[in-house]
Amino acid sequence: MSQTVFAPWENPDEKPLIRFQNVTKRFGEFTAIDDLTLDIYAQEFFALLGPSGCGKTTMMRMLAGFETVTEGRIELAGQDIGHVPPNERAVNMMFQSYALFPHLSVWENIAFGLKRDKKSKGEIEARVEEMLKLVRLEKFARRKPHQISGGQRQRVALARSLAKAPKLLLLDEPLGALDKKLRQETQFELMDIQETTGTTFVIVTHDQEEAMTVASRVAVMDEGLIVQVATPAAIYEYPNSVYVADFIGDVNIIEGQVSPSGDGEYALTWNEGQSPIEAASQTVFSEGQKAHLAIRPEKIRISTEKPEDAVNAMQGKVLDIAYLGNLSTYHVELPGGQIIKAQTANTRRLARRDITWEDPVWISWSATAGVMLEQ
Amino acid sequence: MRRTALIAVPYLWLMVLFLAPFLIVLKISLSDAALAIPPYTPTFKDGIGALIRELDFENFVFLTEDDLYWKAYLSSFRIAFISTVLTLLVGYPIAYGMAKAPDEWRATLMMLVILPFWTSFLIRVYAWMGILSNEGLLNQLLLWLGLTSEPLVILNTTTAVYIGIVYTYLPFMILPIYAALDRLDASLDEAAQDLGCTRMQAFWLVTIPLSKNGIVAGSFLVFIPALGEFVIPSLLGGSGTLMIGKVLWEEFFNNRDWPVASAVAVILLLLLIIPIVLFQRNQQKQQEAEQ
Repeated sequence: MSQTVFAPWENPDEKPLIRFQNVTKRFGEFTAIDDLTLDIYAQEFFALLGPSGCGKTTMMRMLAGFETVTEGRIELAGQDIGHVPPNERAVNMMFQSYALFPHLSVWENIAFGLKRDKKSKGEIEARVEEMLKLVRLEKFARRKPHQISGGQRQRVALARSLAKAPKLLLLDEPLGALDKKLRQETQFELMDIQETTGTTFVIVTHDQEEAMTVASRVAVMDEGLIVQVATPAAIYEYPNSVYVADFIGDVNIIEGQVSPSGDGEYALTWNEGQSPIEAASQTVFSEGQKAHLAIRPEKIRISTEKPEDAVNAMQGKVLDIAYLGNLSTYHVELPGGQIIKAQTANTRRLARRDITWEDPVWISWSATAGVMLEQ
Repeated sequence: MRRTALIAVPYLWLMVLFLAPFLIVLKISLSDAALAIPPYTPTFKDGIGALIRELDFENFVFLTEDDLYWKAYLSSFRIAFISTVLTLLVGYPIAYGMAKAPDEWRATLMMLVILPFWTSFLIRVYAWMGILSNEGLLNQLLLWLGLTSEPLVILNTTTAVYIGIVYTYLPFMILPIYAALDRLDASLDEAAQDLGCTRMQAFWLVTIPLSKNGIVAGSFLVFIPALGEFVIPSLLGGSGTLMIGKVLWEEFFNNRDWPVASAVAVILLLLLIIPIVLFQRNQQKQQEAEQ
């Protein structure tokens, strides 16, 4: 069975569902969104990721209709929605606080939007039952929001926002209030529901792990700008800037000067008295240009003996070990004072571990392990 | 032990300042009027046995015979009810505006609502006499603007009583409603709009039901004192306005019929117990909902 990869953004004929065209949003003097252009396609699970204050919530509120656009236009399915009030948009939102109506039961909360559409009683009942089933809350239909748990409330909020079958569902930090274990379960549930309903989801989050898990594409934002939009794997493996590399996961950044040493290969001079680092890059760098080499800790090998085959190898001293159970992160200090993080899976029991504090160790990585970044 | 002592304090307070005076009034209401000091018999000087033997419900029977009293009660109820509705209509938008106002304004607005309490209540009611009288400020303004050709008669009518009550009790309506609206999560209103409500629908379907406790609390805080109100109807209302507080005062001071006056007071209190109990239950329900 061949499975087609879902990647409408690579198809030039595909029409985006949402189109931000040079959108700028200012609050007085403050520019929250700065000349932003972005396409989101139907059935995508799109994540807006960034630290607080980066403008991701403003973007979501503009999609919902709670904020107006200062400049530029936002299109939904080819229509400018700039002046459409929130109640007339085929967009629903799941609020960070869930915003469940405390005076209404779970059932009435889910039916709330349907009743506004002047649907018949039978239709409403059928749809509410369907939604309750989708989020597995049939037994709690008569309860009030304060009589159910946080996780259940989250599901009611989801059911309520999906009940009207919106073209686009906005999720504002949907799992922020849940504890870690429940959050992880719910992430998969969200993905399942997104797939079953075929609704386009746009999620706002500051949790990079969450964005990576659920999203088909992630937009990393910083101070009103989108820094990179790509699939989670591409964002992780090929960040386009130090900011993205640093924001997503753990990374070692080595600064230096490049000199080309072959086809797509470069030598990075980074520290006096150390041999240059060999690194491959698809981006072209010129002789003497400044560059940052970003390498993920898990791509660095750590060993007690000097590895024979490694392209880049250097000796250092173990400064610190962070034991995470399944993984251990070693902080290795190089002679120049630079600290490199190397991560290994703990396939052996702790007692058998052969590297400990203050040990001299070798760290090594291949030429393609890291990414060379201009900035 | 300490807990019992703590609980005992408010109960003791109630005993001394409410229950004891009430029992005294109740006792007087069961006595007969007399030309004496105090102006009723029997008193404790007659001995306990004689005291108990001579008490009767004569005065309460009298209240049912003269239709002045039930008419006064009814009229008080109507005036208190209409005033409460009017106060709600004026107070709700003010409370709503306060709750929606920017944070830095709220303390000032709250202050402005409470500010009238800094002046004596009597002086403020007298000021309304100056405003509403035939040669008063309001009529002068209306005549000057040419909106009326002759002065409106407002003072000494029931309209003046409504104006007085609404003005006086407005803060009691605003504050609980403001407290309820202030607690409301702004995203609830947005959620309602997001789900297809117009602003108006969102207000009726979400904001009003969720501020219900504030509305109920405010309404009782206005209704209960307005029912027994005496100063406003006697200063602004004139002879046409029949209110039980005024009847009570006249019975007590003009007729010097303490027993009948006491009976009127006892009945008034019993009537007030109904809304007070309802008010208490509302408060209790609200507290339970918050837990």
